[in-house]
Amino acid sequence: MSWLTTLWTLIFEFFKTGLFAVGGGLATVPFLAEIGEKTGWYGAELLSTILAVSESTPGPMGINMATYVGYSQLGILGGIVTTLAEVAPSIIVITIIAKMLTKFDQNPYVQAVFSGIKPAVVGFIAAACISLFTSAFFIHGMVSVDLINIKALGLFAVVFTVTRFVKEKHPIQVIVICAIAGVILSM
Amino acid sequence: MKIYFELFTTWFKMGLFTFGGGYAMLPMIEKEVIEKHHWATEEQVMEYYAIGQCTPGIIAVNTATFVGYFQAGTLGGIIATLGVVAPSIVIITLIATVLTNFMDIIWVQHALAGIRVAVCYLMVEAIWKLRKSNLVSAMDWIICLAAFILAAFTNVSMVLLVILAAVVGLVYKRVKEINA
Repeated sequence: MSWLTTLWTLIFEFFKTGLFAVGGGLATVPFLAEIGEKTGWYGAELLSTILAVSESTPGPMGINMATYVGYSQLGILGGIVTTLAEVAPSIIVITIIAKMLTKFDQNPYVQAVFSGIKPAVVGFIAAACISLFTSAFFIHGMVSVDLINIKALGLFAVVFTVTRFVKEKHPIQVIVICAIAGVILSM
Repeated sequence: MKIYFELFTTWFKMGLFTFGGGYAMLPMIEKEVIEKHHWATEEQVMEYYAIGQCTPGIIAVNTATFVGYFQAGTLGGIIATLGVVAPSIVIITLIATVLTNFMDIIWVQHALAGIRVAVCYLMVEAIWKLRKSNLVSAMDWIICLAAFILAAFTNVSMVLLVILAAVVGLVYKRVKEINA
């Protein structure tokens, strides 16, 4: 593939992913698998590495994956262009919806719709936490009494007690402190 | 001009300290967007999340576009989005060039294990705060619990669940009107 063809393929494929993957970063994974198959850029094994790195590095996972794939093909420019191609449909779609929302915000039916959706989203977020908890508190993320990560539980208890009863901390402080604690405790 | 700068730096900071998907950004959104800058209320953030869930694209990006748009129009939406993706571009590039064995470094693994605990704690705290403004009536709690069970233990698509919640909201309004 020539340089220009690769660039075009990255832009086209990731714009398409951004336009059709509904439901956030994880929803883009099947699209990425298809791109890998079609272009031969990466196989299932490398894709799982990309997924793992993207999950454990700062930044929204979906963006990290796009940057990674783009970088692997065309270096820094590839990373930037691919990421921008993936977010462009979001910017367009959300800007249109935001405009409509300003218009229909006071509509009683729109309000009724949101009165049902808002409490549901709290439930969705709580559901998404289940996998966060299993991967944080069980060794290898496998739920079993023998595999409970005692150090993680202890750290959680300490963080909870300090931020609740001593002094509230900014989320960034909590993340940095826990990262350091993880290193010190060899978690 | 100042608002663009603030949008960019605030979303840059949030992108830099988000580990995982869009939901994991919630604690940071509460602190920065809701409490510090007053760019949105907790209820509005739930609306953005719900819309972000049913529309294409990364949820974090959709939320950034919403907040940016309502503060400073279309350009505001673009700038907030560029802010939230910029750290990813820098960090992933660094990892792919100089830190290719990043995941194998033992202390990185320990730090990540610690960060996972932090994220759990922050999410519990964030949900606890959300409860105050989004779970007021008994009906809210019922919808929330049902949504939790369906999302956690079934394979029903999230888009379908959001639509279902919208229908419940409409039907409940109608029922209240009939009773009134």
